Amino acid sequence: MKYLLLIHSNEKSDQEIDPAEGQKLMGEYFAYTEALKQAGAWLGGQRLRPVAEAAVVRVGKNGAPSVLNGPFIETKEQLGGFYMIEAPDQEEAVRWASRCPGARYGTMEVRPIWDLPT
Amino acid sequence: MLASRGGDLASCEDALADAFAAALATWPKDGVPRAPEAWLLTAARRKLTDHARRDRTRIQASAELLRRADTDIASPDEASGVPDERLALLFACAHPAIEQAARAPLMLQVVLGFDAARIASAFLVAPATLSQRLVRAKRRLRDAQVAFELPAADQLAPRLDAVAQAIYAAYADGWLDDDPDRRAVADEAVWLARMLAMSLPGEPEAQALLALILYADARRGARGPAGTYVPLSAQQPRLWNHALLDEAEALLQRALAHHRLGRFQLEAAIQSAHVARRVTGSVDWPALMQLYDALTLLTGSIVARVNGAVAVARAQGAASGLARLDALASDPALRDYQPYWAARAHLLAQTGADDAARDAYRRAIGLSSDPALIAFLQSQMP
Repeated sequence: MKYLLLIHSNEKSDQEIDPAEGQKLMGEYFAYTEALKQAGAWLGGQRLRPVAEAAVVRVGKNGAPSVLNGPFIETKEQLGGFYMIEAPDQEEAVRWASRCPGARYGTMEVRPIWDLPT
Repeated sequence: MLASRGGDLASCEDALADAFAAALATWPKDGVPRAPEAWLLTAARRKLTDHARRDRTRIQASAELLRRADTDIASPDEASGVPDERLALLFACAHPAIEQAARAPLMLQVVLGFDAARIASAFLVAPATLSQRLVRAKRRLRDAQVAFELPAADQLAPRLDAVAQAIYAAYADGWLDDDPDRRAVADEAVWLARMLAMSLPGEPEAQALLALILYADARRGARGPAGTYVPLSAQQPRLWNHALLDEAEALLQRALAHHRLGRFQLEAAIQSAHVARRVTGSVDWPALMQLYDALTLLTGSIVARVNGAVAVARAQGAASGLARLDALASDPALRDYQPYWAARAHLLAQTGADDAARDAYRRAIGLSSDPALIAFLQSQMP
């Protein structure tokens, strides 16, 4: 089964992290990604650029699209990246989420993905 | 404990919850009863009888239950009966009809009254997943009409193994944790192991389980400042709890005297060999090698294999240990087994294969969630 591991963290404090700590965090993400890949669980994953660069798009009842600056919802923690993994069950997906550096520096959200034909 | 009379766990839990509420309401006025456990049991049974009277069709066995409950209330000689009933409940929770992953959580909920959210956090599963598992397990207990009684003598050993494994699982999950929920679960597991060992003095595996847990518990204080990770071989024996270790040694000796070797006796013997250096000053690695090999033969467990390879490395050199690890490499269970990668990294570094060691350390780090362990592994990287 496929799962999306969503990494939420406070973008502002992430940006204020000192360079040595940042280097260490990068190393931990690299190690985690490698461990996922080597275990055959990795399907994909990316880090997202800051919410300041986000845009929200909607098409109104009158059919006219509108665009706004910023993320969909203003929250204390922002979606900063994701992994898509293959795991036999929710428990295993939770175990992988607990190993992600994002679990130590922020909050991980584990979302099972609908299994639909594409 | 009530379920050994009632036969229906859900209604027993309701009754027990009511009894706790009643106890809290009564105790401050009347003072704590002399045997609070027995008192709670009596109170809960009284509540159960009330419930059963209100809904006589709810449980099949309610007529029988009513009769027994009334008898018990009429002659409340509880103190002697309590341990046996709780023990029977432990065996029911580890019944073959119950899926393995549900046994320890079921014990914690039914025997110790932990709520599902705390158990879920202790076992790192989502609360909804755990609740479903518990509901399913209780349904199976009812459908399989599991009797709440001690297994017959010829069934005791295999059933005891399942009970011991579940208690050990509850302990192992939280023993080094600072998180209060996880630590509380580990503490209760120690208590369950004590009860099991006391109730079954003639069963060597029950004594050995308690010994094994006490060996581990005795080393909790050996972590470095601010909870830094210190591997067993680098721990200072003076930071170990020697009273607990002495108790563990005595239990292990008593267990081994039965001459009925089992998995928990081997595991406890391994712990005994590791901590013997508090007296002898050195670790007998060849002896540990043999113990791990025996444990591997008995259980086939990957944990025993990996630890065995480390003992080989200590006894015969890093290259021999690495050869043992290489022989395991094709096992898919190792792909996300952190201790294998940490051991491999350590031995590779000792043989001077720095590049391969760094890769293995990174893999071990990527598979760890404990910041103390991650910091330790980072500090070891060549």
